[in-house]
Amino acid sequence: MKIKVTLWRVLFVIILCLGTYSAYVRYFHGLGAVSNMSDQFPWGLWIGFDCLCGVMLAAGGFCITGAVYLFNIERLHCIVRPTILTAFLGYCLFIVGLLFDLGRPWFIWHQLVYMNPHSVMFEVGMCVMTYTTVLFFEFLPNVLERFHLTAPLKWVKQLMPVLVVAGILLSTLHQSSLGSLYLIMPSKLHPFWYSPALPFFFFGSAIAVGLAMTIFESTQSAKALGKHLELPVIVELGGALLVALWVNALLRFQDFYHRDLLGQIIKPSYEAYFLWLELLLAFVIPITMLSFKRVRLSSTGLYLASLSTLLGFVTNRLNVSITGFETWAGHHFVPKWTELMITLTIIALGFFIFAICVKYLPIFETVAKHQKLTPPESTGTGISVPLHAGD
Amino acid sequence: MKKGILYDATMCIGCKMCEKACAEHNGLPYDANVAAEQKQSEHKFTVVLTQNDKFMRRLCMHCEEPACASVCPVGAFHKTSAGPVVYDVWKCIGCRYCMVACAFAQPKYEWGSLNPRVRKCIMCPDLVKEGKQTACAEICPTGATKFGDRDDLVKEAQERLAQNPSNYVPHIYGLKEVGGTEVLLLSSVSFEQFGYPLISKIGDTPLPEYTGKIMSKVPDFIPLWGLVLGGVYWLAHRKEEVALAEAKGKEGGMS
Repeated sequence: MKIKVTLWRVLFVIILCLGTYSAYVRYFHGLGAVSNMSDQFPWGLWIGFDCLCGVMLAAGGFCITGAVYLFNIERLHCIVRPTILTAFLGYCLFIVGLLFDLGRPWFIWHQLVYMNPHSVMFEVGMCVMTYTTVLFFEFLPNVLERFHLTAPLKWVKQLMPVLVVAGILLSTLHQSSLGSLYLIMPSKLHPFWYSPALPFFFFGSAIAVGLAMTIFESTQSAKALGKHLELPVIVELGGALLVALWVNALLRFQDFYHRDLLGQIIKPSYEAYFLWLELLLAFVIPITMLSFKRVRLSSTGLYLASLSTLLGFVTNRLNVSITGFETWAGHHFVPKWTELMITLTIIALGFFIFAICVKYLPIFETVAKHQKLTPPESTGTGISVPLHAGD
Repeated sequence: MKKGILYDATMCIGCKMCEKACAEHNGLPYDANVAAEQKQSEHKFTVVLTQNDKFMRRLCMHCEEPACASVCPVGAFHKTSAGPVVYDVWKCIGCRYCMVACAFAQPKYEWGSLNPRVRKCIMCPDLVKEGKQTACAEICPTGATKFGDRDDLVKEAQERLAQNPSNYVPHIYGLKEVGGTEVLLLSSVSFEQFGYPLISKIGDTPLPEYTGKIMSKVPDFIPLWGLVLGGVYWLAHRKEEVALAEAKGKEGGMS
């Protein structure tokens, strides 16, 4: 077997090597040696990106399964499998990230034994654990189909509505609770990001990012893996994304307005620069782009708009978890290179496992199958329908 | 009856005997180098800060409603009925939420350890249980650190403020901060300059209330939201059934 050497593959191997070294430092020299976390910054890049952003980027799973199974929007069915794969991978990698971040990961099971129901973290932990199990079952048909296990496949498919409802319920809880984590620190988190509405922002951004991630991953798979792109579906998601972004933007604006911050956010300051970057990437660029029909109908336009959305909300969550604490801590937080390598390795593994799954499992095969099955009149009935799934 | 500590900075001479006694009682190393450290850490639970001949102790405030205990997913922190907020290392998974949540940044971490613990002043619960004073109060030569029933200490602090108003900033730190703390402070200069967040910033609301407001709604939310989602499923799929039934009806009519 000959393996083609490409730039991405070389990069992947380099990241993997450096990541392995970083993992060694983490487990043999401790958290202090591997990261720039300190008593002033007990949460660094791993909580900020791997956990907060990881869970957000995996939100497509509950958005799309909800639209298809709950709202019965059959024409989106063809993207369910890749979306579930992304979500399942995302949550698995989140848990991997957690095993690096927790000081005593070998006691992670204590979560199930010593429960503290007052803790938001407890709720997040339980939801993530349960939802990862739900995603496992939602993902299972791919494997069962691959090995032609028809009987269990039938059972899982019958279970699907229950799984989907459970998935949305759990996602509503923990996506918003990631924001609730910060409610207890009104004096520490910068007012730009501390808001009583944090749980609503986190849930709202999860939906926008879930849609953006689905567009991104579909177009990316078409580009990099040569998979068939279901353009009408992506176009429909683009419309839903536009509405989701408007809702998010409006909520943010109202929050700034009611907390009398509009004057402050336009004044240049360290925090303001990061806020501007976030608002520019998350709202201004994608909303402007998607407002043009030409952009909304082109795969490249949708790809770029969704990419901007992703970067914008990633910036938002890093602002909440890092930028917002810098004034309180009295110094800036820049992750150590080994800390960054762990995160990059986790991302790289995500892309790698995704490609492997797509290659060996019938992730995209149903796309072609479904085209034949779907009656033509059910496509293009307007883009208003999936929006309900978002709200 | 809750126990507490009253620290009166105007009586403090900066001898750091409290630091030493604290280290000894907790089995931590203490030498000239540690004594010179002007900050708390995983090996220094209390510190006597010095600024222009003014002193100020820092130590865990032992909140009436501690944020650390409320946020810990495994309940590794808990408030004892006597007052001390204590830590059970066995339960701890190392998420460090306690450190992020504490308004006084008291929990410190063993960043260099491979099986790290969260460390902070736990108000000598072993001594307190036996009816004794904390190590720091016991050793204090001037009575600047005083141990006793919190209610009595509050009264005493109020008396001191009333008797010598010119000696003090007119505020008992810890009386109302984040809903009140067992540790009470008196000072002749602003608490803020020693890193204590002012009440105007942290407020008098117990921090757990901020999350409690939303967490208490979760048990009600789950069945309601589940019902709504189930309803949506039923409605969305009913359309299909109706269409199917109608189609069948038509067929039946024709034949």
